[in-house]
Amino acid sequence: MPIDWIMGLVGGVLIGTAAAIFLLVNGRIMGASGIIGGLVDGSGRSDWQERAALIAGLFIIPGLVALAMGGSETNLTGNWAIITVAGLLVGVGTRFANGCTSGHGVCGISRLSLRGIVATAFYIGAGGLTVVLFKHVLGVI
Amino acid sequence: MRIFVSFLVGSLFGLGLLISGMTNTAKVQGWLDIFGDWDPTLAFVMGGAIIPMAIAWRFTIGRKPVLAEAFPPAPEQKLGRNLVLGSTLFGMGWGLAGLCPGPAIASLGFAGPGGWLFVGAMIAGMVAAPSLRARLDQRTVAV
Repeated sequence: MPIDWIMGLVGGVLIGTAAAIFLLVNGRIMGASGIIGGLVDGSGRSDWQERAALIAGLFIIPGLVALAMGGSETNLTGNWAIITVAGLLVGVGTRFANGCTSGHGVCGISRLSLRGIVATAFYIGAGGLTVVLFKHVLGVI
Repeated sequence: MRIFVSFLVGSLFGLGLLISGMTNTAKVQGWLDIFGDWDPTLAFVMGGAIIPMAIAWRFTIGRKPVLAEAFPPAPEQKLGRNLVLGSTLFGMGWGLAGLCPGPAIASLGFAGPGGWLFVGAMIAGMVAAPSLRARLDQRTVAV
């Protein structure tokens, strides 16, 4: 639906603006997996307050806005086995690759980083094949 | 001040994810589902996000960050096992649940217990990753 595309574009510009502010003001890359990962595995101890503050904003503000709108649909599966396996894969994978959709996708592609482009091609490819396999072949998602 | 900016950046990031519909796993899986009822929204989100960031990268040339000493150095452009294997595993998890790290945190407030389970498992995976990588390195050397 075109309205969804416009909302996507507007939301995307907000995401990119956030990443631009983080880069130009704090001199940092806004990659969600790197910021969370550095906090939980101890590698980002020196700037833990900045990491924690970013995650706090990322958690609190959409939560409050969704609450004000009377909730927001996530359509997350109710299958806890799938959620657990998916979470583990996302956690391990993003730390192996040193980036996710925000770091490799938004921040990497925008500076024409070869690593960002290759990573994005692989996670979109793997994601597409996974949806095809688990939705259309196996019918579990 | 840097901490306040970080909070602001996280807030804007989260708001963008919510507005764009990226906290809705059906839209993400709909974009990955090229053989089903394909939903192009994610391409608009990516495009919209890359534009201000591309301008920001150009702006860094010959300048310094406002509140830091230097911009992050250009990363090594090495395409190795970790990048390919990691991105593939990440993509599989992304496809299965329709969540990546940013939206997983942004939707915690309204995703119910499943959202917390996902983030818990994701953190467990992140904590396990360094030792897994070390073990894989050892085996690669042994072979």
